[in-house]
Amino acid sequence: MLMDLTQKLPKTILLDHGSGGLASQELISNLFIRHLDNKILSAMEDSAVIDNQPGRIAFTTDSYVVDPIFFPGGDIGTLAVHGTINDLAMRGARPIGLSLGLILEEGLPLDDLERIILSIRDATLASGVPILTGDTKVVPRGKADKIFINTSGIGLVAEDVNITSLNARAGDKIILSGSMGDHGITIMTRRAGIALDGNLRSDSMALHTLVQKLLTGLPAGTVHTLRDPTRGGVATTLCEIANSCGLHIEIEEDRIPVRAEVRAACEILGLDPLYLANEGKCLAMVAPEYADQALALFHSCPEGAEAAIIGTLSSGSNDIKTSLSGASRRVTLKTTIGGTRVITPLHGAPLPRIC
Amino acid sequence: MKYVDEFRDPVLTGHLLRELAATTAAIARPLRIMEVCGTHTMAIFRSGLRALLPPEIELISGPGCPICVTSAGHIDTFLHMADLPGTRLAVFGDLFRVPGSNGRTLADARARGAKIDVVYSPTDALELARQNPDELMIFPGIGFETTTPAIAATILTASHQNIDNFVVFSTHKTMLPPLMALLGDPSLGLDGLLCPGHVSTIIGASAYLPLTGANHLACVVSGFEPTDILQALILMARQIKENRAEVENAYTRAVNWEGNARAKAMVDTIFEPADMEWRGLGVIPGSGLAIKERFARFDAQPRLSLVVPNTKEPAGCLCGQILKGITTPPHCPLFGRRCTPAGPIGPCMVSSEGTCSAWFAYGNESRGTQDS
Repeated sequence: MLMDLTQKLPKTILLDHGSGGLASQELISNLFIRHLDNKILSAMEDSAVIDNQPGRIAFTTDSYVVDPIFFPGGDIGTLAVHGTINDLAMRGARPIGLSLGLILEEGLPLDDLERIILSIRDATLASGVPILTGDTKVVPRGKADKIFINTSGIGLVAEDVNITSLNARAGDKIILSGSMGDHGITIMTRRAGIALDGNLRSDSMALHTLVQKLLTGLPAGTVHTLRDPTRGGVATTLCEIANSCGLHIEIEEDRIPVRAEVRAACEILGLDPLYLANEGKCLAMVAPEYADQALALFHSCPEGAEAAIIGTLSSGSNDIKTSLSGASRRVTLKTTIGGTRVITPLHGAPLPRIC
Repeated sequence: MKYVDEFRDPVLTGHLLRELAATTAAIARPLRIMEVCGTHTMAIFRSGLRALLPPEIELISGPGCPICVTSAGHIDTFLHMADLPGTRLAVFGDLFRVPGSNGRTLADARARGAKIDVVYSPTDALELARQNPDELMIFPGIGFETTTPAIAATILTASHQNIDNFVVFSTHKTMLPPLMALLGDPSLGLDGLLCPGHVSTIIGASAYLPLTGANHLACVVSGFEPTDILQALILMARQIKENRAEVENAYTRAVNWEGNARAKAMVDTIFEPADMEWRGLGVIPGSGLAIKERFARFDAQPRLSLVVPNTKEPAGCLCGQILKGITTPPHCPLFGRRCTPAGPIGPCMVSSEGTCSAWFAYGNESRGTQDS
């Protein structure tokens, strides 16, 4: 029997694709430029030159090594776009462009790479934040895990915007933009191969449009702090804010939105959703007299449709007890049954219990 | 969420708290109650219940955290097995960061090249064995009656499917022998025992009958939600008030009187009683489970000719006394200073259900009243 010569082997990334030679050029033209095309990127210069724009520059970078690279609700590409946009947005910046650095493992299927590049294209088109410069390296098999992505981003901060954890004030209301734990539990259950019924999906989402709406809809200086509770979850982020501003934070368990399927998965695995990562949520510290107005603005955007006021900041010097360990206990949770417990930052990775 | 929210109902919790307070006030002396299970310790802190309990109730944590009672010698043996050529370890997550006698952990071993996978179930370990036929897959068997049936079932599956590269190192323990040993010490002055809900689903509530006679202890099996625990504490307080010592079951939706016969039979097929070393408690006769001769090919100890080393507890570590209920974490000179969840020295700080870890995270809340 004759061999079927038309049957092609699945194409994979080879070391040649990172050589800087012809194979690299082909990959760049046929995949990256084809899907991510814009005037600045396609010029293929050594760096992107962006026209002078008014305002202060916000600049951030983040690396993405998530495993699995594809998961319900997104993939490593959507995370790389949304995560860096959100880091800019959390300082009140309007993002203007991203860099895209790819480290590819030899043997990565080209179809997987294309799927990720298409996700990046979709995320950049939807967010209006283009990839302006990029780089690709290929490393021998086993020297990386399929694909690592780094994105850096620049954004512009308007003159009257000054958003930092240091600005949180006593009396501020804390708004969480939606349900917590969706991304973290999705990745953990996928990674462990735990098949749980229900609709667990990552919340990977860009928040800059929501933030701009919030900042333009409220008087200047009324939104004091914005943070995205990624790794370490809402608990760890609140501890960081409390440490920065030196205030006491009390949150109420009943008010914190958690989807039923996330709660159920957490109950089964012995995890606390307060410590699970989010990739499309923000915490906002807002002057109390504008809290309701801010909440209405959140609710007017799809990204913030399920937003809720979850707690309050106070000077509460009497409330800040020193724990047995000597660490300050600035964040407390009022539990559903009316008790109180202290919230501490995450130590190590969340681990499921055995008994 | 159904079947959870009902048991965290604040109004019902309020009623139960008042009922409990009325009963304990009538007894008019401190009640020393041991919660045996690490999951109870954590649930009582996490729900905020600890801060709401009547002042008469003094809760003492018992030896029911499986990671905490694993001896340093056993941890050293796991580390030794991870370093052997051609082996692969699959472990439950909380074992990953437990330090052995020289401070080394399985996490350190993996960073240096040992093949260690964190799994959620022993069946995942068996699957890894199938996928890696050239490696010997070792599963450190940890835990009480709750986890043992799953390990037994996995060994049975491996036997039926003739999988030859899967072994278990059993440090499995049973709950009753250490309780009998501990409670024989009158200086503990215990009034009652909050019996572990998960273990009881397997062994049944009747298993605690010997404790009510010899030690005159009120024994109540409890679930893990705030109302479960409060119901159990009310039943216990009534027993103490009326000077009764009985076994009562406040977790009837999961636990029956006889236990799970099928699970017990499966465990009996694979395991037999053996002497076992407990961290802080020493060797307790008949308190462990060894793999029977018939299934020796799934037993890591003979297959790898392992000898468990004699090790000392870290200097200054009071985990042993904490596990016995003799002292509490703040009395340990290492607690919160040299021993923290980020850099644990004793096992009670490593497991999220360990007594020290719970005290570190949630502190010693002053008692208050429910204000909603």
